[in-house]
Amino acid sequence: MSRPLVGALALCLTLLATASPAAVEVRAFDDPALGERYVALAEELRCPQCPNQTIADSDAPIAGDMRERVAALLRDGRSDAEIRDFLVARFGEYVRYDPRPAPRTWPLWGVPAALVAIGALVLAMLVRRRARRVVPLSATERERLAELVSRDEPGATRDRLEVRR
Amino acid sequence: MNRRLVLLIPLGLFAALAVLFWSSLATAPDGRDSARLGEAFPAFELPALADPARSLDRSLLTGRVTLVNVWASWCAACRVEMPQLAALAARGVRLVGVNYKDGRAAANAFLGEFGDPFEATIHDPSGKLGFELGVYGAPETFLVDAQGVIRYHHVGALDTEEALQVILARVKQWRSQP
Amino acid sequence: MNATTLLVRLIPEYGQFALILALLLALVQAGVPLAGAATSRPLWMAYARPMAAGQFAFVLVAFGCLTASFLFDDFSVAYVADNSNTRLPWYYKATAAWASHEGSMLLWSLILAGWGFAVSRLARGLPRVMLARVLGVMGLVGSGFLLFILLTSNPFERRLPAIPAEGADLNPLLQDVGLIVHPPLLYMGYVGFSVVFAFAIAALLEGRLDSAWTRWVRPWTHLAWAFLTLGIALGSWWAYYELGWGGWWFWDPVENASLLPWLAGTALIHSLAVTDKRGGFKSWTLLLAVATFSLSLLGTFLVRSGILGSVHAFATDPARGAFILALLGLTVGASLLLFALRAPRADFTGFDWLSRDALLLINNLLLVTMTVSVLLGTLYPLILEALGLGTVSVGAPYFNTVFVPLVALLCLFMGLGPLARWKRMPARELWRRLAGAGLLALALGAMLPLVYAGRWNLGVSLGLTLALWLMLSLARDLLGKLRRGATWRAGLSRLTPGYWGMWLAHLGLAVTIVGVTVVSNYSVERNVRLALGERVAVAGYGFTLEALDERHGANYVADRATLAVARDGRRLYTLHPEKRRYTARARPMTEVALRPGLLRDLYVALGEPLGRDAWSLRIQYKPMVRWLWLGALMMALGAALAVLDRRYRQDRHQRRHGVPAPGREDVRS
Repeated sequence: MSRPLVGALALCLTLLATASPAAVEVRAFDDPALGERYVALAEELRCPQCPNQTIADSDAPIAGDMRERVAALLRDGRSDAEIRDFLVARFGEYVRYDPRPAPRTWPLWGVPAALVAIGALVLAMLVRRRARRVVPLSATERERLAELVSRDEPGATRDRLEVRR
Repeated sequence: MNRRLVLLIPLGLFAALAVLFWSSLATAPDGRDSARLGEAFPAFELPALADPARSLDRSLLTGRVTLVNVWASWCAACRVEMPQLAALAARGVRLVGVNYKDGRAAANAFLGEFGDPFEATIHDPSGKLGFELGVYGAPETFLVDAQGVIRYHHVGALDTEEALQVILARVKQWRSQP
Repeated sequence: MNATTLLVRLIPEYGQFALILALLLALVQAGVPLAGAATSRPLWMAYARPMAAGQFAFVLVAFGCLTASFLFDDFSVAYVADNSNTRLPWYYKATAAWASHEGSMLLWSLILAGWGFAVSRLARGLPRVMLARVLGVMGLVGSGFLLFILLTSNPFERRLPAIPAEGADLNPLLQDVGLIVHPPLLYMGYVGFSVVFAFAIAALLEGRLDSAWTRWVRPWTHLAWAFLTLGIALGSWWAYYELGWGGWWFWDPVENASLLPWLAGTALIHSLAVTDKRGGFKSWTLLLAVATFSLSLLGTFLVRSGILGSVHAFATDPARGAFILALLGLTVGASLLLFALRAPRADFTGFDWLSRDALLLINNLLLVTMTVSVLLGTLYPLILEALGLGTVSVGAPYFNTVFVPLVALLCLFMGLGPLARWKRMPARELWRRLAGAGLLALALGAMLPLVYAGRWNLGVSLGLTLALWLMLSLARDLLGKLRRGATWRAGLSRLTPGYWGMWLAHLGLAVTIVGVTVVSNYSVERNVRLALGERVAVAGYGFTLEALDERHGANYVADRATLAVARDGRRLYTLHPEKRRYTARARPMTEVALRPGLLRDLYVALGEPLGRDAWSLRIQYKPMVRWLWLGALMMALGAALAVLDRRYRQDRHQRRHGVPAPGREDVRS
């Protein structure tokens, strides 16, 4: 839309090529808890206009409008969830940097969890494969070995008494 | 499982990625669908651009299929699409403008220079209506059916013949719906 | 027009010509040695080294021509006109060469050719066939990128006949030392993995992967990883002070693109250790080597095709995206196919639950999970869109949720790793050695938030416990190693650079975790309105606005504020945040005033004027933020140190003296 933006996107491998400088607004809340919630919300809502910026970081006009609205709704006593839904109703799921858990987004968490589980399984299989190869000696073998060992190394300990088949 | 098949997994995953990338490249992003699609046009009460004394509200958008165009005099792309909007108006499409975050004088001068295809223009200097519509830049265009429900949404200038044809087809489609 | 001006005017043509020659040499470098290796023709294989040198020389000439065009303000060159200006300081003119797409691709090619040249010079001991294949593969990659530049992104393209009288100027955000150092280092890392990739392809072609191979590959991997670590850290640091938000990592797709090869490369380093010492994980190591460079290429594609850009940003050239995708598809597709056909047979080396092998495997599984998570999160919006399931955004909240538990697990096992023995480690012995470190870390971790902030905080406790666990177990390990010698001096002399590198890099991660934990939980940010003479207190520091004036730079005018910072009534510093307006571009820029410190940064950004003699200001107190980058620096140094290990030079020694080097006992095995 704006020309500088298009130019910047012809771009190199740095974040700076597309980012815009910070917006600094003085916004006071009577209750410090509201201020904290305001910052947290502004940092998880996405500016609909700019590439990859939260509304807290963006100096786009629409981001300013959204911050103002978030602050107003907070002062109104609305909950975080209500404020999120309010913005989603107007700008779509796009504005949630924290995607809403739903069947279509489950893989986001499911795939990493599944990978960890599969990894644990692979590890268990590899270790068990070794365990199966290590077979304890029979009583006679043990005697024979003890005899052999004691011949040149009297201090041999018992837990060495296993051999690979 | 056959070992060679296991070794083919990375290749398979990469092939899936490549197909995804190819389809993403082929379908250039043309704006997200509005979250308001299928919903009633939001309620508002704002003055008309031409006459500050005249108040406009949602009733303006019921009864006929209407194309609502959000524009501003500071927006370069809006200039580009003015001839297309005029063409649509000439073909009988009812157009209503939303003058978005703009001064009255500048906006009227803009219409004087580029022509006024709108039956009426809502003056929204603070962007309040724009916010309710989920507008995040100008121009954006909404198609509203006779019941006042938003049916189609276009982000950016209507500057191609293709976009124009899509709009005309949609207008026809929603006109024929009771 | 006299002869000299004519020569200067023709510089872009020399550059273009050099680039075409470089492409031809790269094609020969790719074709002839690979064919020679396939048909056992020594003469053909011998083409590899001179061609690598030639390709590097001509890309260097092309790059020099582009830099010269910038220095001479040749605005007939479109790329120069778009990214420079007569009033731009000379050092930015010289580095603006890589400020945008075309030039940075040329830098990419230059570095690729440079790594190829380095391999051809340093790998003299490499078997002839292997060298021919490695350089051949690098030549293939190089010709792909040179072709890409010449066909779709030519930096020497002229804007004729209407030559602009003045350039559009460099994007003000990029007018910073960060531009001078960050891209070259980052690319050194990205592209450095092409060496490892080429080695992996050579091993697959040859159908052999022996211990000599791993000893060749490990130092190159460490080196590339060190550069990438530095590049990423510098990018983070640059964004921190340049953007005025005080953030240091945004989980932006561009950042994720650099994190992907870093994570895979980290896994590769550890997997290589197993392959080297135990001969295990061979196929896995090869796959990681291919994957790491593939992820570098993938990042390039994602960033340059614009498919991750948002709605209003269409204008990237689709031909470029299609070309890179084709390049990516050919390179990665062919390599993975080769992998599927030629990967060495499973080479099972037995190990127990508690063994270094198992711990390194866990490390790899977790790092690969992280890599997949970052990739999935970055691409998920595209996937849903392609499937017609609507829009979604995936950002910091998601990545943090997934990363924190994975990093916690990683650290947990990482503390055990260096102490565990290969194959099998009795649990009782491990417990005896590490119980103290673990319990101490838990106790200190639980206590420190109380001491530091007077209030308990689960997140801080977790982060600090993990960091302390790493630090204490490393200390315990070092102590144990030192005691093993007759005297500590003897113990010290047995420690190899490889060990110190590991030690420093692991400690670096602990330091970074401390920084991340503290700065994420204890930062203070205040947006305030200050009029002249007014004072505000933030985190125990008093900030007084003392003066407002205007300052004229070379190509900008700045509003400048002067703030006095005091603590306990004593004046400590004077800070000068600025708001700059660059003459050639409308957009104003924030120039942050920073007071860095090992324990805290004070960070002031100027906002907007609010009436007469008053401004909005963002004042931030960032405790221990420097530890983030300090830790990254230690990781990079550690990796660089490991390159010096004598084991990697044994082959050369052997060749020279005909016997294996007397090498010290490797304390790790």
